[in-house]
Amino acid sequence: MPSEFFVPDPTGQVPSAEGYFGAFGGKFIPEALVAAVDEVAVEYDKAKADPEFARELDDLLANYTGRPSALTEVPGFAGHAGGARVFLKREDLNHTGSHKINNVLGQALLTKRMGKTRVIAETGAGQHGVATATACALFGLECTIYMGEIDTRRQALNVARMRMLGAEVVAVKSGSRTLKDAINEAFRDWVANVDRTHYLFGTVAGPHPFPAMVRDFHRVIGVEARRQLLERAGRLPDAAIACVGGGSNAIGLFHAFIPDEGVRLIGCEPAGHGIETGEHAATLTAGEPGILHGSRSYVLQDDEGQITEPYSISAGLDYPGIGPEHSYLKDSGRGEYRAVTDDAAMQALRLLSRTEGIIPAIESAHALAGALEVGRELGPDGLIVVNLSGRGDKDMDTAARYFGLYDPDAEVAANDADTAEIEGDAK
Amino acid sequence: MSGNIGLLTDTLAAAKAEGRSALIAYLPAGFPTVDGGIEAIKAVFDGGADVVEVGLPHSDPVLDGPVIQTADDIALRGGVRVADVMRTVREAHEATGKPVLVMTYWNPVDRYGVERFAAELAEAGGAGCILPDLPVQESALWREHAEKHGLGTVFVVAPSSRDERLVRITEAGSGFVYAASLMGVTGTRESVGAQAQDLVERTRATGTGLPVCVGLGVSDAAQAAEVAGFADGVIVGSAFVKRMLDAPDHAAGLEAVRALAGELAKGVRRQA
Repeated sequence: MPSEFFVPDPTGQVPSAEGYFGAFGGKFIPEALVAAVDEVAVEYDKAKADPEFARELDDLLANYTGRPSALTEVPGFAGHAGGARVFLKREDLNHTGSHKINNVLGQALLTKRMGKTRVIAETGAGQHGVATATACALFGLECTIYMGEIDTRRQALNVARMRMLGAEVVAVKSGSRTLKDAINEAFRDWVANVDRTHYLFGTVAGPHPFPAMVRDFHRVIGVEARRQLLERAGRLPDAAIACVGGGSNAIGLFHAFIPDEGVRLIGCEPAGHGIETGEHAATLTAGEPGILHGSRSYVLQDDEGQITEPYSISAGLDYPGIGPEHSYLKDSGRGEYRAVTDDAAMQALRLLSRTEGIIPAIESAHALAGALEVGRELGPDGLIVVNLSGRGDKDMDTAARYFGLYDPDAEVAANDADTAEIEGDAK
Repeated sequence: MSGNIGLLTDTLAAAKAEGRSALIAYLPAGFPTVDGGIEAIKAVFDGGADVVEVGLPHSDPVLDGPVIQTADDIALRGGVRVADVMRTVREAHEATGKPVLVMTYWNPVDRYGVERFAAELAEAGGAGCILPDLPVQESALWREHAEKHGLGTVFVVAPSSRDERLVRITEAGSGFVYAASLMGVTGTRESVGAQAQDLVERTRATGTGLPVCVGLGVSDAAQAAEVAGFADGVIVGSAFVKRMLDAPDHAAGLEAVRALAGELAKGVRRQA
């Protein structure tokens, strides 16, 4: 019986055997990691061919994660989107609160198959870190999570969740002290401890096979959404919209729709304070091809190949790279990418909360802001599916400061000078 | 103008003819300033280094530990550019007549233009490049231009490298092979891994005629002597950078790296 929730790409068109999606991808890694990365590729190929792997993963995705995730129509929100019909793919309702668990459970099973006992991971918003810490608790694996120091502050709730789950959380103080630097530190750990450690990479970037493998684990999002939309709306959507940082939730939604030429695939990048200010993380809008974290893709860099420091109010999107398959979709014209500012995302976050009673993650709010634009472009006949990749609980401190929701007398408003970077964004 | 791969090969051969290992030092360009970095390289040559690798500072030095990360950060904040790296190579080579390599992550070369980078490095008198995150299967374009411009391509091998990888790497490489003594990033260590000798032996067993030099973790004369017992060269980086960082002023830093090069030069002649 074919598996229901583990639905890897059946076409095998991209990437190539060398890991290339057109001109993007590959395996730019130090020699010390070649054997380990090759082992992941071999083990994943074996797992894909093994019905027992699919059975085990399906069982976890159904009974632990709670798949399939709901598809929710949001007419109140859609009233602000030109009257187009808008459906949300509710990855926020997965166990741990985001899409990240799909990939984590797959790679955790691979970790066991490889006989490794320790897992490391990077995290930006903490969603991947929480999902990884969760799987490690479940499977009895040692777990270390690298997180930029700035992110440990703006996502303090998720730091506490990871520690509650038994993970060690390392605050990374180098570079921009955000996601990129967390990945650097995780690679350093992996080189030194590769014998017993799996690097449970959290997005569709990195060296081959990670972009293809992580995509496969998330591909269920689009497979389910496509089926649910055909049942509920009776047709395919005009647009599938998702936020893109590294790009995992977006590729998860997009991939099953790639053969459906009438479905526009729209990724929403973080424009931060605005592309023109230079304070953004809109890699496909403002970047150039280069190599970061093991693959060739669009990168935010200067004219001599130094990676520039990104900025976004969203810790999960605050990354100067992007998965190579998105670069491929952009250059081939199959994908469209637009940039959404902090302010537009925060307004969309509040709008969904007030109109539908759903508080989205700030990451996902970028996709919602994109949907408001696209809906107005499409008009009342439009049909849109948005990946609601995560829930907003973790972002309540940032949102409360942004919108002034704290009681001015409350101690919490006064005692946190550490979040000055975020408070500076308050409107 | 052709690069100095020949000088590198001759220098390593001359050390071998003397019955010793070569001493290869690493310092980043632009650290603490471009001119200060050039002085430091000259001091290290003066102290007894046979070859110097000039690091091209990078925003994301994934394979470097905290010492070199700190130096790269200082250099980048000082505004170091590829042109400064080329000037460093030129002045260090012209002042000493010794072989000077560049060690760099791949993205700066890719962005600068592979051919342009190779041509300018050769023109500056460089002997070649070490590209630690460019695996052999992605290296064809670089090697084509390196060969055309008389530059060596030094690949890194690691204790985790399987024998078939070692064959492929030694066939593609030139100048020497950089054998990482242990699994990890750059930085000084209490001891050099026992894996190092095994890796050197496995690399030589490919039948390569290339010298095999060992780096990562070597910081003092005793370790240098130990490594010199089984390798053609001893590569030291973080220990030099640390001496510079720890010195109270630049003059003291120059003295410290000159002295360290002197101790290590004795070490590679002693052989444990």
